[in-house]
Amino acid sequence: MFEPLKPVPRGTRVLLGTIFFVLFFAAWALVTFGGIIDPLFLKDPWYTLSIGWSLFTEFNFIEDVGITVFRVFGGFILAAVVAVPLGVAMGAFKSIEAFFEPFISFARYLPASAFIPLLILWAGVGEAQKLSVIFIGSVFQVVLMVAMIVGGTRRELVEAAYTLGADASGIVKRVMLPGAAPQIAETLRLVLGWSWTYVIVAELVGASSGIGYMIMDSQRLLDTGMMIFGIFTIGVIGLASDFMFKWVNQKLYP
Amino acid sequence: MSKLQIESVSRVFAGVRGGPPTQALEKTDLIVEDNDFITILGPSGCGKSTLLRIVAALDQPSTGRVLLDGQPVLRPGPDRGMVFQSYTLFPWLTVRENICFGLREKGMPEAGQTGIAASYIEKVGLRGFENHYPKMLSGGMQQRTALARALANDPKILLLDEPFGALDNQTRALMQELLLGIWEADRKTVLFVTHDIDESIFMANRVAVMSARPGRIKCDARIELPHPRHYTMKTSPEFSRYKAQLTEEIRAEAVKAVQQMQG
Ligand SMILES: Nc1ncnc2c1ncn2[C@@H]1O[C@H](COP(=O)(O)OP(=O)(O)O)[C@@H](O)[C@H]1O
Ligand SMILES: [Mg+2]
Repeated sequence: MFEPLKPVPRGTRVLLGTIFFVLFFAAWALVTFGGIIDPLFLKDPWYTLSIGWSLFTEFNFIEDVGITVFRVFGGFILAAVVAVPLGVAMGAFKSIEAFFEPFISFARYLPASAFIPLLILWAGVGEAQKLSVIFIGSVFQVVLMVAMIVGGTRRELVEAAYTLGADASGIVKRVMLPGAAPQIAETLRLVLGWSWTYVIVAELVGASSGIGYMIMDSQRLLDTGMMIFGIFTIGVIGLASDFMFKWVNQKLYP
Repeated sequence: MSKLQIESVSRVFAGVRGGPPTQALEKTDLIVEDNDFITILGPSGCGKSTLLRIVAALDQPSTGRVLLDGQPVLRPGPDRGMVFQSYTLFPWLTVRENICFGLREKGMPEAGQTGIAASYIEKVGLRGFENHYPKMLSGGMQQRTALARALANDPKILLLDEPFGALDNQTRALMQELLLGIWEADRKTVLFVTHDIDESIFMANRVAVMSARPGRIKCDARIELPHPRHYTMKTSPEFSRYKAQLTEEIRAEAVKAVQQMQG
């Protein structure tokens, strides 16, 4: 049963994954319905679901979800548009890498959330500030990872292309880029996952809409059910966007 | 004028991390005539790949120069097609797209590309596999594609660095006949690196034997076997005579190479 790297049939895998979810909800139900935890701190699953329902039907929660999704994808796409070309250039040309790499390696450790007070000062509390937080949080990571992927192109492939008459631009466009594309797509998928963390941080401070704002707002009402439902919503959308990305990657790069 | 002139080419690699520099190739001269099929035979580590890479300009010589049709080679280019020992097909392109790669870099219109690709697909026996991706092909088929890809550019000289080295014996023998057949039809100038004595005799009209590291060409033997050659020739008395002669030459070098490693 515990043989290293031994594959599991698909059915068993799905079953095992489902069992965990069932156990999780069962434990939650047990501690709340069983009165082990005070409802002030943790509401039961049923209450959480029904308050979630009324969030959508009465409080127009779908708008908050929409604005959050917009912020995540907006900031992420902006970051990708800047980071992918720069990363490719750095991976392909060592002088460009030498120029940018030290600074970006440093900038990557600047915590995006710590920029929020500054960004509020610079950009106010509007959308520009939210997008900037996500942008700052992802752009440096993507640059460095793309540069590493492109720089890792197999030398023999580049040499073969040279002997077939390719010039520098042919090597970058028709050897390095297509060779790196599947891994770049995987990197973007990973970083999109992180963007969800940044957006909520941005919405917890100085926002008047979005899932993060709703969670903050429910704290005022001391409604743990609403908070948990908000957190779950993020998890579900994050998982859905991840599946979508994975599916597109598999279609593009089988 | 000779097709290719290698003039006192040598190569010293800088030492890694303060280590002593490696002399991979001693001053080497070699003249390749038009339509020659020359094999370079030598024990592994003697600098065969280094020499071929310098001809392709994938590496620069420490001394000397290489002339192709009287012109010094400075950069890699499509006039020197190369087939490597490792698999170097572009994994994201199909067999046909791989073969068209060089033509596309030249800016040839698509219609022209497809015609040329089709004829080389036919020549290397890959009909029916045009739309396969490299990972769906066996090692032998991948090297056929690599050969067709290099030939499609119509290079002035074809450089092959142990192209069949990773293949099993049967496949290797078939590939030798295939390449020889193509050469007998087109008489393209070929420089073929190998450490296999039989292969070096069967394919070539000249065998250049290299010494152990630092390599240099210590013997240049003309092979007077008639064309077209058939695999049964490998058991003929003439073939055996060449083999005995080259075995003597190469054995001494192999012994030296092993001693170098132990010493
Ligand atoms: N890039 C390199 N840097 C340092 N040493 C090298 C390099 N390439 C080859 N060598 C050394 O040069 C010698 C000849 O190598 P090579 O030409 O690959 O031999 P062969 O192809 O005959 O097996 C070897 O000892 C090898 O270790
Ligand atoms: Mg070699």
